[in-house]
Amino acid sequence: MTARTAFINARLIDPANGLDAKGALLVESERIADVGTALFRDGVPSGIETIDCKGQVLAPGLVDMRALVPEPGETHKESVASAAAAAVAGGVTTIVTLPNTNPVIDDVALVEFMIERGRETGLINLFPYAALTVGTKGEKLTEIGLLREAGAIAFTDGTRAIADPVLLRRALAYSTSWDALIIQHPEEPSLARGGQINDGEYATRLGLQGIPPCAEVMMIERDLHLVATTGARYHAAHVSTAMGIDAIRKAKARGMKITCDTSPHYFGLNETAIGNYRTFAKLSPPLRSEDDRKAVVEGLRDGTIDVIASDHNPQDPDSKRLPFAQAMAGAIGLETLLPITLELYHNKVLSLGAAIAKVTSAPARLLGLPAGTLTRGARADLVVIDPDRPWVIREDALASKSRNTLFDSRPVQGRCQRTVFGGRTVHCAKDA
Amino acid sequence: MLDPATHVIGKCGGPDAVAEMVGIHVSNVHRWTYPRARGGTDGRIPARHHARLIAEAARRGITLVPEDFFHGTEAAAALSSAPRKREPASQMTQPADPTRFRHRHLLGIEGLSSDEIAYLLDRANGFVDMSRSRRKADLLSGLSVMNLFFEDSTRTRTSFELAALRLGADVINMSVATSSIQKGESLIDTALTLNAMHPDVLVVRHPHSGAVELLSQKVTCSVINAGDGSHEHPTQALLDALTIRRRKGRIGGLIVAICGDVAHSRVARSNIHLLTTMGARVRVVGPPTLVPRSMARMGVEIFHDMRQGLKDCDIVMMLRLQLERMHGTYVPSLRENFHFYGLDYDKLANAKPDALIMHPGPINRGVEIDTAVADDVERSVITEQVEMGVAVRMACLEAVTANLPWMDARSRA
Repeated sequence: MTARTAFINARLIDPANGLDAKGALLVESERIADVGTALFRDGVPSGIETIDCKGQVLAPGLVDMRALVPEPGETHKESVASAAAAAVAGGVTTIVTLPNTNPVIDDVALVEFMIERGRETGLINLFPYAALTVGTKGEKLTEIGLLREAGAIAFTDGTRAIADPVLLRRALAYSTSWDALIIQHPEEPSLARGGQINDGEYATRLGLQGIPPCAEVMMIERDLHLVATTGARYHAAHVSTAMGIDAIRKAKARGMKITCDTSPHYFGLNETAIGNYRTFAKLSPPLRSEDDRKAVVEGLRDGTIDVIASDHNPQDPDSKRLPFAQAMAGAIGLETLLPITLELYHNKVLSLGAAIAKVTSAPARLLGLPAGTLTRGARADLVVIDPDRPWVIREDALASKSRNTLFDSRPVQGRCQRTVFGGRTVHCAKDA
Repeated sequence: MLDPATHVIGKCGGPDAVAEMVGIHVSNVHRWTYPRARGGTDGRIPARHHARLIAEAARRGITLVPEDFFHGTEAAAALSSAPRKREPASQMTQPADPTRFRHRHLLGIEGLSSDEIAYLLDRANGFVDMSRSRRKADLLSGLSVMNLFFEDSTRTRTSFELAALRLGADVINMSVATSSIQKGESLIDTALTLNAMHPDVLVVRHPHSGAVELLSQKVTCSVINAGDGSHEHPTQALLDALTIRRRKGRIGGLIVAICGDVAHSRVARSNIHLLTTMGARVRVVGPPTLVPRSMARMGVEIFHDMRQGLKDCDIVMMLRLQLERMHGTYVPSLRENFHFYGLDYDKLANAKPDALIMHPGPINRGVEIDTAVADDVERSVITEQVEMGVAVRMACLEAVTANLPWMDARSRA
């Protein structure tokens, strides 16, 4: 007889099915066998392991659609295994990885390598993106069809923008044969070249070259024209400016099927986090002004921004303890994705269900992933969340190999108490 | 000969007991009895430990008095014969003086108070005559100053070197071209390596904004910023201010126009902070590509028409076009730039008749300033700025080193 586990006394939140109710869930053979408000109302039959959720939230495991795991190449910063440990500590059971590794994931064998590496962890589902251009050099298209067959979820040059409009136009047109999604890093590269932080008073005071916010909207608007002429699927990653979000809002209103995401950095922080040349706060795109931050919050509230992704980007001290202009951009985020997203709920921007949807059902639906739902028959990737629990993020308590978090010492509310992968508990908070 | 340290250690019951009383490692207690050549303190106990030792001794029933710290020296006799004035223990180590400069580093002007700036200018003014008469002082004798320049500079480095020598310090010039920086060593590693050699002051210039601050976080000595990227160049702003104050008798209320490549200029940023803090009205003048609009948030007025910008100015401060920091075109041509933004008598006529002309150097004649204007002995104070530079750097070296933790013991020794 197969192992069965009952999660009782839970507040079930399943945005994919519009469910937010008290109830229970039964796991059998790695899958959700039953779920509902009436389930186990009269007690759990003997022979079933029972986990009492004590009225806390039981939701699908988080789906992070944008994580940089620098394996192969820079495993001293993070390996797939260490990223998986960080993910489950943060309630994330599915990650989609960027191709900006060394070598770049632009080949069928490398896509298969990443999938296999993810499977070996036994902790998370790993789906790789493949590069859109060979070596992310922006010159030659990768084998979109073959890579798609090998399991590449979508195509992107990751941290680099696809600058050449001719190339992007062809890529968009070609991708329609496979219904492949193309993800852009929306930043006009010549405007951003040499830039370190958001253009404005901060950049002027610190004597650092600025990246103007219009670099984002220019790239988005250019791409929208190419998308309109090709009918391709297009997604703008980590949007960070009021202008960029507004362009997407208007395009959606016109009926264009485009999507976008942002990361917790862009609604949880603004450029003042840089303080005195704090290189941990060097990101790409850069942290923006308070007005832009508010626009990101508004974009999440009104649904212009579909998804919240961690934009996890581990960097070691050798890449960060440098003069600002020489330091690498990026911050880790897997373990802080949930609590910072829940700030939107506590600040009354989103309902609890809507906040959880941004990190579960929305990215899963966008990428067509078999994850992010409590539907009967789905894989039992679950997270138990205490949405109100206060705690303080400590960088030394994080599981990631790299420590470049921007949220160290931040008091937050809401914590992942238990992470379940395929019916098996893979993380349990110490005092849960 | 019995030195004060051996005397006190004996009275307190041995080195281990003293280490426990003061809360330091016993090897440091032994060090008090070593000669300075061996890394010791020549038989003296650092003054910062005196109050703690006396208090701890009292708690343990050991009679320890301030004279004990000078046992066997001439100072002890003077102390015992002097009328006894009881001071609270807390004041024994740190005399409080609100106008003193209280920072171990000088990384920028931003954040300094007008009192601190005035203190540095007053001290520097005192050093001008000393410099002129080619006298030397021994205020910093025994200290080592290391010039660490990651960017070529002759005038600033020489100025710091001379300032340190005039105060009796030893100076070492680190040439980056021949050092391991070229071999890929990181800035932090360089800082740690140099720190291990126990310099007292590092004077650092670096092509990247914020690099000097980063380095200062990793060293125990004082750090003076000799220019970091486009961020700050505090000693230049101070020497400009000293030049202005000596000529005009004040800074507050003056109208100062900073003209040219403001965007890339660390001199401009430091000057804006200093002059606005001291109550001057600051204008920045230049083409829109070289004068960022956001600079208005730093409390300056922005002008793109030089004639308007110079109107009724007391000081005209010209800046060099920093071509080495420009990627791509910021001005169409040097000819066009000079025509609209170069300082000549025609444009200068808009300023007050007694307006001074300043330039941080090196000047590019015919690019940002007309030769005749630059050489006008009535108006141009460019060479005087260079002279003030040495005095200002003497004051800065003296001010920051006074706050080194080991200087307290030195001054009492």
